[in-house]
Parts: sequence; structure tokens; C-alpha cells
Amino acid sequence: MALGWYLAVSVLIFCIGAGGVMVRRNPLVILLCLELMLNAGNLALVTFARMHGGEAGQIFALIVMVVAACEVTVGLGLIVAISRSNLPIDVDELHELNG
Amino acid sequence: MSAVLFFIAAIIAIIGAIGVVALRNPLYAVLSLVCHLVALAALFLLLRAEFVAAAQVVVYAGAVMVLYVFVVAYVGGGDEVAAGSALRILGPLFAVALSIELFIAMLGTGLSGIKGHGAPYRYGFGDPEHIGKLFLTDYLFAFEVASLLLLVAAIGAIVLARRRRGLEDDERDFAAVRAAPRPAYTGTLAEAVGVRRVLDQLEQAGSVTELMGGVPQDKAMTATVLGSRDTKEPAPADSGEEQS
Amino acid sequence: MSPTTWGWLVLLFPLLGTITIGLGFRTYSRAAGVIGTAAIGLAFVCAVGALIALLGRTGAHREVTSTLWNYDVSSGVDAGLQILVDPVSIFMMLVVTGVSTLIHLYSTAYMRSDEGYSRYFAYLNYFVLSMLILVLGGNFIMLIIGWAFVGAASYLLISFWYRRSTATGAGIKAFVINVLGDVGLVLGTFFIFRHTHTVSFLGSFHAAPHVFHTDSADLVAGCLLFLVGAFAKSAQMPLHTWLPDAMEGPTPVSSLIHAATMVTAGVYLIVRLHPLFQIAPTAGEVGAVIGCATLLIAGTIALVVTDIKRVIAYSTMSQIGYMIMGASAGAYSAALFHLMTHAFFKALLFMAAGSIIGAMAGSQSLDKMSGFRRAMPFTFVCFIVGGLALSGIPPFSGWVSKDDIIAYMNNRGGVYEVLGILGYVGALLTGLYTFRMIFRAFFGDPSPEAKELEGGHIAHAHTPTNPANGEEEDTEVGFPGPEHVIAEREPAMKVAMGLLALLALIGGFLQLPGVDHVITNFLGSSLADAPLAAAAHEPTTTSAWVGLIIGAVIGLVGITLAYSIYVRRPGTAAKFQAALPWLHRFLVNKWYFDEAIDLVIVRPALAIGRFTETVLERIVISGGVTGGVTGAVRSGSAAVRRAQTGVLRYYAAAVILGLSAVVLYFLISST
Repeated sequence: MALGWYLAVSVLIFCIGAGGVMVRRNPLVILLCLELMLNAGNLALVTFARMHGGEAGQIFALIVMVVAACEVTVGLGLIVAISRSNLPIDVDELHELNG
Repeated sequence: MSAVLFFIAAIIAIIGAIGVVALRNPLYAVLSLVCHLVALAALFLLLRAEFVAAAQVVVYAGAVMVLYVFVVAYVGGGDEVAAGSALRILGPLFAVALSIELFIAMLGTGLSGIKGHGAPYRYGFGDPEHIGKLFLTDYLFAFEVASLLLLVAAIGAIVLARRRRGLEDDERDFAAVRAAPRPAYTGTLAEAVGVRRVLDQLEQAGSVTELMGGVPQDKAMTATVLGSRDTKEPAPADSGEEQS
Repeated sequence: MSPTTWGWLVLLFPLLGTITIGLGFRTYSRAAGVIGTAAIGLAFVCAVGALIALLGRTGAHREVTSTLWNYDVSSGVDAGLQILVDPVSIFMMLVVTGVSTLIHLYSTAYMRSDEGYSRYFAYLNYFVLSMLILVLGGNFIMLIIGWAFVGAASYLLISFWYRRSTATGAGIKAFVINVLGDVGLVLGTFFIFRHTHTVSFLGSFHAAPHVFHTDSADLVAGCLLFLVGAFAKSAQMPLHTWLPDAMEGPTPVSSLIHAATMVTAGVYLIVRLHPLFQIAPTAGEVGAVIGCATLLIAGTIALVVTDIKRVIAYSTMSQIGYMIMGASAGAYSAALFHLMTHAFFKALLFMAAGSIIGAMAGSQSLDKMSGFRRAMPFTFVCFIVGGLALSGIPPFSGWVSKDDIIAYMNNRGGVYEVLGILGYVGALLTGLYTFRMIFRAFFGDPSPEAKELEGGHIAHAHTPTNPANGEEEDTEVGFPGPEHVIAEREPAMKVAMGLLALLALIGGFLQLPGVDHVITNFLGSSLADAPLAAAAHEPTTTSAWVGLIIGAVIGLVGITLAYSIYVRRPGTAAKFQAALPWLHRFLVNKWYFDEAIDLVIVRPALAIGRFTETVLERIVISGGVTGGVTGAVRSGSAAVRRAQTGVLRYYAAAVILGLSAVVLYFLISST
């Protein structure tokens, strides 16, 4: 397949993820959509690695995966802490940082 | 052949993505993401990134998503959509606009590589051997930083999620100080933002001197703190007040 | 040494005196008086040196300038620290330094017990310095500088006893009116500078006949503005209201500043700028009319005032009216001659008044003084000498100088003759009010203070009071000291007054018509270019002597009238007062000038100030401009703050929107 198709898939997944971040209210699901966007980025990176023949894109994709893992870890830790404080798990209700 | 595989994997990936966004139950959403990740691994294989595909399945779908499942099981939570939130319509709209722009960018670009099939294949492209060599030579710094990041994340997760045993002495005093109503008109940020908190405090405080920072006796403060621990009723009210 | 070197030395000594006393006021207590007097004495010696140096030259060489450095040679203005030594300035220097030395000597005794003794001498030296800058200045800039400085010195010295509210009010009044004169002076300079393009005197005078035609508008405007300055400084109508109030200052200050030197600065101005006034006769006419009006008005007011210092103040105003009238009409040497003799006898009168005020324990009211003849013989003699000189009785100096002016005016003819005759009326009034003062204070039954003094003991008030409004005060710094001094007991005062009395007696002989023309000859070189001062306009000797005799007779008539009203039939004055109460009230209220100025100028100014404060300042600037700016910032930030909702999804939407915008930008810019 022409590499443009892979990029198209990547764009689609990225935008679906972005829409999900904006629409969903459960922070867990928002994190999942964030994962979607990261994966879309990974796909694009690997595509470009294939396009140019160098493995830098793949390396970068692995690093992105590491970052995604860490981010999920910390984010889920936050959500656990929030739920343990008996706060509602709803980003619309957690708007303390306003003003 | 590869075109067929590509389309299957792509369609599964997209369906998985849509599933993540659309499914109400967060557990189902997680499972949908797992499906999407596997499809993406297939796409990686098609792009001759074997190691990345393997890592995707093992690390991402295998470890991260399992963690996710655990947390979802622990936390739970449904999802009620608020009626009339403008972002229900605007959100998808923005996403569509962004996708259109990116498609235009992609299609209109003069990149010749998009139309092609990529660079000629070198033996061992995407091999773990090559990846490993690159990690330890050209991209050593990124490798080390990534490992440091993992360490930080691990410690962070432990710190965030540990169970508290209860307040120690200085923590209790701090909680007491934090729980006292702040004097009015002293320029706190809350006052700058809205007067509601001050009015609430005025209603709750017994006298103006208390409000103006007059320190209540220690016994009363201790009673307040202990009372919050015992009955648990003022604490939600306090936290509820914190949110309003 | 050249005259200008002497001139710089004359300026140097008072400057050193001021700085020394001013900076060392804590170290010097009694020495300040010695230092001050010595400084001015040395200045007088140097003035004499300048005179001698100048006498060795003739003609145009008698006008010497010297510039220390240039302030500004950019923008076409050639302002430099320049002095001009010519007969006029030497004349003024001699008068100023001479009389100032004697007054400094008098003050060492008079201000003996005052806490502000060294401050007083610092201010007094500063005043003499300023006056010398004024008369020695060689260009308009120096003149303006000296003019402003003497105004400041006058303010400092009038409100010397600064804890008295009347004194500070009087100081402010004097300063404000003087500033008005400063404005006139500066604007007048500008009008002249516009055409002559130089600020130096000699340059302007040489250029004036070429750039101005007779009575050209700019020149008349400039000269009228100069006259405004002269009127403010010399207390002519309508800017005269500050002079009677200036009597709040210590008596030596009144005698120096408000009799002998500062108030004569206006006369000096007209004489110095006579080439300009020659070409603008309109301004001269205005000056002469105002001078004449002032001398009559002041004379009438002096008839009813009861504060002894204010009587002498109005008399000063009147005599300066003579000088201004004469100088505006063209009698330059006569005006300066009268300036000199007036300095002598007026300073003497003020000194003697200080003595009798000391005997009255600070009270200045004529109503309370009587019969001091036996108790204070020296003061009485000084008063008589000064009074006779003032009234124009031969052979005293005032007789010759005053009638010199009037004779010139009569000789010029036309409207000036009318003014001259009015001058004779003024002379009658002068004799009348002068001897009213003397007869009331020294004749009649001795007052309690006089009786105490005859017993050898100066009266002391039980509590010190402000003589102007009677409120009680202290004897601390800012108030007069506890001691009262009289001339009979102070050798310093006696020396000063004696010298002045001698000068008042013999000073007139410098310019007896037909006998000698010392002053005219001396000043002749700097007045050579004045057609009005040419010999053709000088009255002939016979007409001058006729004028002198008429003047003497009128003076004697005035004295006799005063004698009959106040000594022979003591109740006559009261009868006049009862018969014409409205006239009495009109005169006592000083022709309602103060009220008129209050109505026309002060109240509108206050109203404008109030309006500016409440409307412009509060509403427009504080509310509108700064309030508007801060309000705009606040509402702007409030609007921006509304974007910080705290809801995560909106932030995410904003990020994605921004991302779309960036991509759009790159899309567009790449096509």
C-alpha cells in the first residue's frame, strides 16, 4: 500500500481521539482517548521511518510508548486518589483550578 | 495481499477507536482500545517494524491496558452526559475540522514518498538487533532519559495511590489551620474570584471577630478536627464547599 | 583696578557673607552681626573703589561690561553672567551698600535678643546681594535674576517672625504680587528681544532706535510690561497692597527693603531702560499718570492710618510715586537724586520708629503713643530731621530733590504740568501726615510708657502680643525676642541714625540748581543718548528756584496745618472724623483696593481652583483617565478570566482549536 494510506489512518485515529477527549466526561475514558492520539502519532512515526528507511522513527515510537506508559501510570494514580477522597469521577465536577 | 491485510487492520483500528469514544461503560472502552492496539500492531508489522509491533502488543496492550483494567475495576464510574453542554456538538465539530485540515495538508503536500512504498528494504530493518544498537549508540540519551522517566512515574504512582494512615500531629494542626474560615476582605484569591465563599463563611461563622481572624481556643479547634474525623459529615461538607 | 573688577568684588562680599552666616548659623551667634555688617561695609568700600576707577574715564568709556561666563549661547540667546558698570549702576551701588551698612549696624543692636539673629543676617546679606545683582546686571537675564531674588528675600524677611500668622500672610501676599511683576518683566524682555535679538543692555539700547519706530506696538507693549514689573516692585497702584502689610517684618527690614532699596528697583528699571522708554512715549505717560495717582492716594491714606509703621509705608509709596512720575517723564537724574535722599531720610524715619516701638514694648499704634519728647530726645530729633526732609523744608535734602522733579515736570509742559501741580498737592499732604505722626507721638501728655521711660525704665508688656491683631504670642524662635531696645541706649543705633540724619541734612547740597550739578554731571554720560534728559529740557535756574520756594512754602503750610490740628486744638481731628465719617471709612479701608482685588482676582482664582479640583481633577482625571484606564484593564482581565473555567474539556477544546488554527496557518502560507 502506498504510505499515504497509513498516514490517512493515523489522521483519522488522531481526530477521533481528539473528539473523544472533548466529549467524554469520565477521566478514565479521556485518558484512553489520549492513548488513541498517542498511538496515531506512533503510526505516523513508523510510517515515516519506513518512508525514509532509517529506524529513527521506530526508536521515537518506542520512546513515545514509554512516555505513554508513564503518563497512564501517573494519571491512573491520580484518579485512584481522587476516587479515594470520595470525589465524583467527572471532569466537569472537578473544576477547582478556575478563576 | 498486503493491501487486503492493510484494509482489515485499518478498519479494525478505526472501529476500535470509535468504540473507545462511543462506549458508555469504561470497561468496554478499555477492551475496545485493546482491540485497536492489536490492529495497530498489525499495521506496524505491515510497515516492517517488527520490534515496535512486538513492543506494542507486549507492553502496551499487555501491561498498560491490564493496569487500566485493574483501575477501572477499582474505580468504576458511569458516565452521564450533561444535557446542553455545548461541547457535545462543538467537540466533534472541532475534530472534524482538524481532520479535514490534516487531510488537506497530507494530500496537498509535495512529498513524493506518500505515493510510494517506502525506501528499499535493507536486511534487518526493524530488527531488535538494529533497534538495540541504535538505542545504545545514537539515541543513548533518549534511552537514559526514558528510563529515568519510568523511575519517576513508578515512584509517583506509589506516592499518589498510597493509603493514608491518618493525620500526624503537624498534619492535624495544618488541617486545622486550613479548615478555619479565612478572614474576610484580606484579599484571598477566593474573594477576588467570587464573593460566595465569603458569604458562606459569614453565615457559618458565629461572630465577626472570629471571621476577622480572631483565633478560637485550641480546644474548639481540636474538637472541630476530631469531629470531622469521627462523624465524617463536616468533611464532605468542607470538601463540598471547596468545590463550589 | 578696572571698574568691573571692583564690581565683581562688590558682588563677592555679600555672597561670602550670606554663605558664611547661612552655613555656619549654629556656630555664630553674635558674630553673625559683625560678619554681615563687615561684608556690606567691604562692599561699600569696593563700590567707592569702582566710583574712583570710573571717574578716571570719560564719555562712552564710562560704560564697562564684564562677563564671567556664558550661560547659554544656543538658540540665539546670548545670556551671560554679565555686569555693567556705569554711572547709574555705581550710583545705585553706593546708595544700596551705604544705607545697607548703616542698617546692618542698627540691626546688630535692634535684633539682639532675637533667637533668629544669624538667620536674620544671612537673609539680609542675601537681600543686599540680590539688590546688587539687580543694579549691576548687564543684561536682561541678570536683571530678572536679581529681581526674582529680591522678591524672595523680601518674602523671607517679611515673614521673618514666621510663627505669626499675620506675618506669613503678608509675606505670601508680597510674594504673589511680586511674581506678577516678574511675569511682566520677563514678557517685556521677550517683546524687546524679539526685535533686537540680544539680551544685553548696551546691545539692545544701540539696536533700539533702528528696529523700533516711535510708539511701535511691540515696544509699547514691552515697556508697559516693564512698567507692570516696576509697579509691582515699587508698590504703585494697583499692585501696591502688599507694602503696608509688609510692615509685619522687623523694622530694620522695613527700612532697608521697603524704603531705601527694593522698592526703588522700579525707578532704577525705568532709568536703566530709558532708551526704550524714549522711543515709546505712551508708556512714559502711563507711568507718570500712575505715579501721580499713587502719590495722591497714598498721601490721603496716610492721613488716617494709626499704625506708625504704616504711616511711613504709605509715605514711601507716595515718594516713590514721585520718583516713578519723574522717571517716566524723563527727569532721570532728578528721580535718582530723590531716590538717594529718600533712602536717607526714610531709613532714618524707620529706624527712629523702631526706637519708639521699642519704648512702647512692641506696640505700634499711634493712638497709644503720646508725649515721648522728654523721654526720648535723640529719637525725637531724628524724627524731626527725617520729617522735615520728607516734607521738603529747606535746607534738608528732600526739599531739593522733590522740587527738582516737580520743576522738571512743570517745565515739560502739557499733561506733565498738571501732574506737577498735583505733585505740589501731594507735598502738602506729605507735610500734613508726617507731622501728624510726629505731633501725635511726641507732643501732648506723656503716655504711661513715656512716663516709665522718663523714670529710666523701658516698659514691658505683661504678655507679648502681636501688634497687628492682638493675639498673644511667645518669645521663642519665630517670634520677636523678649528685649526691647531704644536708640538712646544703644550706641550702634545712635551711630547709624546719626549718620543718616547728617546725610539727610546735607545730601541736598549735591544738586542745588545753579550752584552745582554733581549728580547730573555724573550721570550725564549714560544719559547722553536721551533727548528728554538733554539740557534743553532742564528747567532754568530761576524757574527751579521759584519751584523750590513754592515747595518750601507748601511744606510749611502742611506742617502748620498739622500743628494747629494736632497740637493747638487737639479735638479738631475728631471733629473732622465725625463730620465726614464716610470719607474717613473710605480712607481707613485704603480706598477699598484690597477688597476690589479680592473680588476681581482672588475669588475667581479660588473658584477656578475649586472647580479644577472637584471637576477636572477628581472626575475627569482621577475618575475618567486613571479610573478609566484601570477600569478598562480590570474589565478586560475579568473578561479574560472567564475563559479559565476550570473545566478540563474546554481547555482541551481550546488546545485543539489552537492546533487547527496553526495547521491552517501553515496550510495557507505554504500555498
